Amino acid sequence: MTSNNTFFGYRRENGRVGVRNYVAILPVDDISNAACEAVANNIQGTMALPHSYGRLQFGEDLELHFRTMIGTGANPNVAACIVIGIEPEWTQVIVDGIAKTGKPVAGFSIEQNGDINTIAAASRKAKEFVHLTSEYQREECDIAELWVSTKCGESDTTTGLSSCPTVGNMYDKLLPKGIYGVFGETSEITGAEHLCKARAANPEAGEKFMKIFQAYQDEVIEPFKTSDLSDSQPTKGNILGGLTTIEEKALGNLEKIGRTSTYIDALGPAEAPEKGAGLYFMDTSSAAAECVTLMAAAGYVVHTFPTGQGNVVGNPIVPVIKITGNPRTVRTMGEHVDVDVSGVLRREMTIDQAGDSLIECIRRTANGRLTAAEALGHKEFVMTKLYRSA
Amino acid sequence: MSEPHLLVHHDGDNVGVVVVENLKAGTEMLCVVTENNTDFTMTVNHDVPIGHKVALIDFAEGDTVMKYGQDIGRVVAAAGKGDHIHTHNLKTKRW
Repeated sequence: MTSNNTFFGYRRENGRVGVRNYVAILPVDDISNAACEAVANNIQGTMALPHSYGRLQFGEDLELHFRTMIGTGANPNVAACIVIGIEPEWTQVIVDGIAKTGKPVAGFSIEQNGDINTIAAASRKAKEFVHLTSEYQREECDIAELWVSTKCGESDTTTGLSSCPTVGNMYDKLLPKGIYGVFGETSEITGAEHLCKARAANPEAGEKFMKIFQAYQDEVIEPFKTSDLSDSQPTKGNILGGLTTIEEKALGNLEKIGRTSTYIDALGPAEAPEKGAGLYFMDTSSAAAECVTLMAAAGYVVHTFPTGQGNVVGNPIVPVIKITGNPRTVRTMGEHVDVDVSGVLRREMTIDQAGDSLIECIRRTANGRLTAAEALGHKEFVMTKLYRSA
Repeated sequence: MSEPHLLVHHDGDNVGVVVVENLKAGTEMLCVVTENNTDFTMTVNHDVPIGHKVALIDFAEGDTVMKYGQDIGRVVAAAGKGDHIHTHNLKTKRW
């Protein structure tokens, strides 16, 4: 048994700690998905991570693609990684990026080899990696070594009353112990940006957040919006659940950073934190799978996901813990719920108790217990695209 | 304390959130302010689904709705105390 302050994780070559032990088969681009899936089919204990992009991207959008790919392979939940791309150059960029962690990684390119030879060679290497990594053992680690991300989805008014403050309470308790945290959802801070700015630990972080927030308003919302965006933000599900305006949704969203936590830096999408332990803001979409994918690529190993109406998202490499306070959602889709905090609405459970039950669930999840999303096979891996490809 | 029908985030908020299913018009609601755990009672005028808001005061068009102690938008159709508040009478001030 671990104490309340420890868990059993996988210590990686670079010192970081993972809570899962995957051999990932990572496609550089859309047309390499088939080969990756074939390798994963050949070799048990591996997992392909198919996605839709990676060709003819350029500039900042290409940098984000590489950062997401490299960050995913580098995540401590991945023990070893096979990278397959159509061309050798971009494949090598990703292999070299992942190799900096010291973990086993190998790249294969399809052009002038064909799928069949590539799959054969990559499968042999994947088999080696499986034998190697399946002998890795968990060891007792301080809870401070956890990197815990958060993003909510299919929110309603119950998330702002119960599941989001539950995550906030967890951060208020675990950040002082030395964990890394991250929240994001740039669009979903609209209406609470003044409060978010005020929660920066230093003026630079607050200014950086406001710059990101304003750029999103100016470059994305203003040129492309239709009416008041109520077909999208709040979503139809949010509105069904009682949320009316983006301001109301944003105020509930911000409950996830608790009462006392402050963020020390504002990160670009998929950017790894570099200012030490503590809470970070990340510029992300508010779409669940995109946001969780970016946070996983930044190195976070456990995700906490408050939901009201019942978002079912998961991630292939990071366990996603669902927390809900909506008693109807507990009743109608309980198989998706890891932490039931509906007692908060009945005034039977305090936010402090709800936070403790989430921390316990995080520890058990870190120890290896599968989340609802993992058991149900949710592996949403979704790239964020900044603009059209060339 | 028995189970509340309505939760209000902050003192000074002018809407609360229904936290029970199948709330019927005419119900005398037990309302709790979560910030300080004080309670009061009020009658709801409509059948309001769980998660939806109820007016704690009479609203005129143009009034500001407050929740979490913050501005969450403007009233676009007058609503009385106890009425259902949602997209039909409340809009964002943004976007």
